[in-house]
Amino acid sequence: MASRTGRPARSSTVTHSLPPFQDLLERHSEDVWRTLRAMVGAQAAEDCFQETFLAALRAYPRLRADSSPRAWLLTIAHNKAIDHIRRGARERAQEIEPAGAEPPAPDGEIWSAVAGLAPRQRAAVALRYIGDLSHREIAAAIGCSEEASRRSLHDGLETLRRQL
Amino acid sequence: MNDPLARALRAPAPEARAAARRFADRAAAEHEADLAYTTTPSPLGELLLVASPRGLAQMHYLDEPLELALETLARKRSPRIVESASALDPWRRELDEYFRGDRRRFEAQLDWEAMAPFQSAVLRATVAIPYGETSTYTGVATVAGNARAQRAAGNALGANPLAIIIPCHRVLRSGGGFGGYTGGLHRKHYLLELEALSRP
Repeated sequence: MASRTGRPARSSTVTHSLPPFQDLLERHSEDVWRTLRAMVGAQAAEDCFQETFLAALRAYPRLRADSSPRAWLLTIAHNKAIDHIRRGARERAQEIEPAGAEPPAPDGEIWSAVAGLAPRQRAAVALRYIGDLSHREIAAAIGCSEEASRRSLHDGLETLRRQL
Repeated sequence: MNDPLARALRAPAPEARAAARRFADRAAAEHEADLAYTTTPSPLGELLLVASPRGLAQMHYLDEPLELALETLARKRSPRIVESASALDPWRRELDEYFRGDRRRFEAQLDWEAMAPFQSAVLRATVAIPYGETSTYTGVATVAGNARAQRAAGNALGANPLAIIIPCHRVLRSGGGFGGYTGGLHRKHYLLELEALSRP
């Protein structure tokens, strides 16, 4: 409901109790980073990470106290990663560089294979294997049906299996 | 699922910790967060400092676990709270100087917003008590506009959100008694002693 006075609501009027935001930052920053690393690569992960937590901090008072902060954060991270990938695709329409990870030495092959996946497949794989999210949560994060997210995950893993 | 893939995806990301710190410092500096906090050692034990965009909002002796103190803050003021030592630098510096005996007056901005009117009046009267001197509950109640409200003045002082900086330790009982102190009387004693010794 809009505040009658037009001023932002005083934070003291919030009735549900959310943990201090610092808790979320400490608890989930590594998984947010891992998810972003898988989706946009280590180099771009820093900017996306900052954008993710800034968006989360701004929206935090509206988070329902009974929802999973982890799934919520990873959803925001996913959205920032997709924004980054789209921006990159627009800016470099000519020479599309896969927005994937710079290969850390031993797993180089894996990282370039992940980077080669379609963004939605990459997201499904990352949210499943890093975020440990359920199919329902993954579907909600990606913004598609549960069936479509299962398919993306399946296709992504299939492609990786073929390549590795 | 093939293990190498899961291992690569879940490989430790030590960069995340530094990135989280950068985020928290920036969120505090740019006032994106409602509150920033840090803890700092002092001769009277660990202190919790909390700043809002308006100034220092709280300073407590950290006698309870930090998580509890932060939960209370999140519930009573705002959950949009981050840890940032740099955001609290101005007050930490002044405190260090105070405890060395090199500072008689705190100058960095304070946040009076969350205080009820009478509490604010009592605490402003308390800030006016000069370094090294003392007043009484009746004294501050009078300056706050109600000489007979010693009791309410005592409550306002007991709930002082800015220990040391708002010098409620300088308020004693009229008969010359020590009165109370939320952080414990040994601390009140220490602060009065420090100020008496450092007086010019």
